[in-house]
Amino acid sequence: MQKSIQFVRSKTFLIHFILIMGSIVMLFPFIWMILTSLKTYAESIQVPPVMIPEDFQWKNYQEVFTLLPFFKFMMNTFIITVLRTAGQLFLCSLAAYAFARIVFPGRNLLFVLALSVLMVPGQVFLLPQYMIMVKLGWLNTLQAVVVPGLFSAFGTFLLRQFFMGLPKELEEAARLDGCNHFQIYWRIMLPLAKPGLIALGIFTILWSWNELMWPMIVNSSPEAMTLAVGLSSLQGQYGTNYPILMAGSFLAVLPMLLLFIILQKQFIEGIAITGGK
Amino acid sequence: MEPLPLQVETKRKLHVLSYASTKKRSDYLWAYIMIAPTMIGLFVFYLWPMLQTFYFSFTEWGAFGTYEWIGLKNYTRMLSDVNLLQSFKNTGIYILFTVPLGIFLSILVAVLLNQKIKGTTIYRTLYFLPVITMPAAIAMVWKWLYNSDFGLLNYLLSFIGIEGPQWLTNPNIALYSIIAVAIWSGIGYNMVIFLSGLQGIPKTYYEAAEMDGAGPVTMFFKITLPLLSPVIFFVSIMSLIGAFQFFDLIFMMISKSSTALENTQSIVYLFYQHAFVLNDKGYAAAIAVLLLVVILIITVIQMALQKKWVHYD
Repeated sequence: MQKSIQFVRSKTFLIHFILIMGSIVMLFPFIWMILTSLKTYAESIQVPPVMIPEDFQWKNYQEVFTLLPFFKFMMNTFIITVLRTAGQLFLCSLAAYAFARIVFPGRNLLFVLALSVLMVPGQVFLLPQYMIMVKLGWLNTLQAVVVPGLFSAFGTFLLRQFFMGLPKELEEAARLDGCNHFQIYWRIMLPLAKPGLIALGIFTILWSWNELMWPMIVNSSPEAMTLAVGLSSLQGQYGTNYPILMAGSFLAVLPMLLLFIILQKQFIEGIAITGGK
Repeated sequence: MEPLPLQVETKRKLHVLSYASTKKRSDYLWAYIMIAPTMIGLFVFYLWPMLQTFYFSFTEWGAFGTYEWIGLKNYTRMLSDVNLLQSFKNTGIYILFTVPLGIFLSILVAVLLNQKIKGTTIYRTLYFLPVITMPAAIAMVWKWLYNSDFGLLNYLLSFIGIEGPQWLTNPNIALYSIIAVAIWSGIGYNMVIFLSGLQGIPKTYYEAAEMDGAGPVTMFFKITLPLLSPVIFFVSIMSLIGAFQFFDLIFMMISKSSTALENTQSIVYLFYQHAFVLNDKGYAAAIAVLLLVVILIITVIQMALQKKWVHYD
């Protein structure tokens, strides 16, 4: 008894108390999303609100797939995300290696040009990018999202930092063995830059999966629509049917949730790498 | 005849030199091959478009993608564009609240999580959840929580005898409702950066301060904050740039016909409207250029101000 009173007055208790209150605020919208997704329409608009649905309407999830080409949206988003991520990891690391480890004429100028892209808000590129897509006839195709997303000034910058930190001796040894730069990059440097690659990979996956504006501009037909855009159209068409909207939302965030649960440490480290250090 | 020693030396040097220069040339070749895909991509999709947007900002667009040069008219038009001024004000309010409050709350959580307590991993995970969640989905669930008729928030408020407002349709409140969601979804990200910054502060500083009889509050202001200031600086620049480009939540949460639209739309929202809804692309380009200029100015000011409060050791 004495001990528990002491605990309640202690600093640790206060910290837990604040953190738990915060956690509830953080977590509750997700719980509400899931609970609402399992309600009947009538339950969802009942006053006072129903907390736990009387019996779980799993068919809401089925409904999302029949009302919309939701599976198609998922596949589109998946393909776009995989291609963008793989492409960026390869192309950025390639350029980053050259910028970090080879001295060549024009290096600084070209690097400053790449950096200037990093400083500029995305909207500045958007209109001409859209016109390029119109000219190429790429509207409503997946490559309209994939191709511009293959090139990243951010990724090049991030990985260059990584390559610069690696020891020179390894490179010299490999050169004596007759390796060319591509071989040094591929066999020696790339494996060593793994933390940087993982960080960039996670960022690219998150951005591609969640991005709204660009995919919305270039892909408005269901054939090539992504999940984020699909959700906004779901909202337009079924604006009041919240159980369906919540089921769709939950399905759209589920893959990232699972990925986060599996790769939690890498997510956190990735952000720490790009942020504080 | 034996060659003279000097000749041998020269020959060898020449040989080494030509070897070095072919090696160098192949180095250059490799470098250009390796940077080519990214540089060409950046040029085609980013650098050239950047110049084009500058050019377009001096043009007016017709119905079929035709445009003509109109000089500075788009820019002079801005001066009397009530919507644009309002969107600047909205973006300003948005920044004023999300950046300092977001930073304050994420430092608070990071400091608490940096203590020796149980369950830090679980807390960290929970606070991080909104970061990985699609803004479109976040917008949807909050819209439902905010709903003035069936929403949970107003129901909870009714318990303490408050009649909840029209969170998203009242023009005086809607922007703040969105701001709350934006802060909610950004805390986890900044918290992780601050946490890694906190872990870089040597424990010995605190031990020494404790010996001198400093309390936790003194330690926070005299040790933690100054040593964390480079990280705070970094986060504040990044959040500011991010906040200037605020779009997704407004687009998803405020309906196009809402009376609150005018009081919530951001600069980027207005850009989107002009560029892709109203087909007023020249003006949209001018808005994009203005956005760039404003961000650059503010970043430069922040860089200048940092000397006053950021401590690098």
